[in-house]
Amino acid sequence: MSASPVYLDAATAAPMHPVARQALLAALDDGWADPGKLYTQARRARQLLDAAREATAQTLGVRADELSFTSSGTTAAHGAVLGGLAGRHRVGSTLVHSAIEHSAVLHAAGRHVAAGGVADQVPVDRLGRLDLTAWSDAVRAPGVALAALITASHEVGTVQPVAEAAAACADAGVPLYVDAAQSVGRVPLPAGWSVLTASAHKWGGPPGVGLLAVRKGTRWESPWPADEREGRRTPGSVNLPAVVAAAASLRAAAADAAAEETRLAPLVDRIRARVPVEVPDVEVVGDPVLRLPHLVTFSCLYVDGEALLHALDRRGFAVSSGSSCTSSTLRPSHVLEAMGVLSHGNVRVSLHRETTEADVERFLAELPGIVADLRAEAGVVGL
Amino acid sequence: MPDEVLDCRGQRCPLPVIAAARRMPQVPVGTVVRVLADDPAAAVDIPAWCRMRGQEFVGAITGPDGPAYDVRRAH
Repeated sequence: MSASPVYLDAATAAPMHPVARQALLAALDDGWADPGKLYTQARRARQLLDAAREATAQTLGVRADELSFTSSGTTAAHGAVLGGLAGRHRVGSTLVHSAIEHSAVLHAAGRHVAAGGVADQVPVDRLGRLDLTAWSDAVRAPGVALAALITASHEVGTVQPVAEAAAACADAGVPLYVDAAQSVGRVPLPAGWSVLTASAHKWGGPPGVGLLAVRKGTRWESPWPADEREGRRTPGSVNLPAVVAAAASLRAAAADAAAEETRLAPLVDRIRARVPVEVPDVEVVGDPVLRLPHLVTFSCLYVDGEALLHALDRRGFAVSSGSSCTSSTLRPSHVLEAMGVLSHGNVRVSLHRETTEADVERFLAELPGIVADLRAEAGVVGL
Repeated sequence: MPDEVLDCRGQRCPLPVIAAARRMPQVPVGTVVRVLADDPAAAVDIPAWCRMRGQEFVGAITGPDGPAYDVRRAH
């Protein structure tokens, strides 16, 4: 018997918003020309690009000339980190970042360290919340060029104290970069940042579109070879149809965000409350209150994460995992590691606009049996 | 020094945790069991298991046999 599919991995990629699909199809007809050229087709493309930028900037609360479209969220994060460091290399070469940044930020930090720079990692507590005292000490140290903080954990959903972290940065005169990939289009954005990035396929836009916003007055210098496009912040032609679709879907997602938060947060609460009651030996991780509305993570003791994903997939459930056996590097999630919580048998469930209460109920109904079967197979019942 | 050693080298998580969980009830309270485990997830999961089960995580060491984790049966 094949189960109907229930997609619960919006934090990786949300299903495309219908508005994005419509805008993409329209822009394929109308927005294929190079917006930098001087003929009719190019002017039409330029109008579409300008309108997309204006709408997106408005949603983010930035000026249009502060915003660039990149070829992915990852590229935006790389540019944010390396450009922020390059812009202030005279001040110093230290990057301060939380221990739970996205791997794109950590990989950019790794590049910086390989080139002789310094990365100072700030710990989080058991709930995945930044250690603000350590953060304040770190950004006050001499030679800090940039600080990087994710707005909310993409793995466990814990919302970070960005306003407080930003105040510490402001006191120290250090610009703050926020990775807002899980927040844009879902929850209000925090204030106090100098650089922000996001990724369209997290809010229901197409893959392959990132946002990089750099506030006026921020000392940021493109780390890439020179290119005139996108405010000189990121090279290459923008994928204009995808950008148009991203902008249209962001506007739609932002308009529905408050209602979606009201609808999804109780479904996450239901998962948080029922999984540990109905499945023995489960640790639900992340802050129970200060969290994203659509994301919940838990770990099942003695269960192999990869086996659990496959078993869930066979029943139609698409989820993600931070367990080492599910990663190409065979290392556990650095986020779970930094929190000191169980990393095996890990499942991240993330909801989206198409997720129904019935989907969540079916997941909750089937999960206990799936975990029990895996534990029985492994001979770990009663341990 | 540990009272006994469980060699879980080459095993992927959750197997080292399962091995520790199987062994602990068989040893007297107060016994320190050293789990040799080279899966990097063991560094996270053995302390987490101790916390969830109320056992004492004594500490992690890296010796000639690679990474090891000492657990004392607390109850």
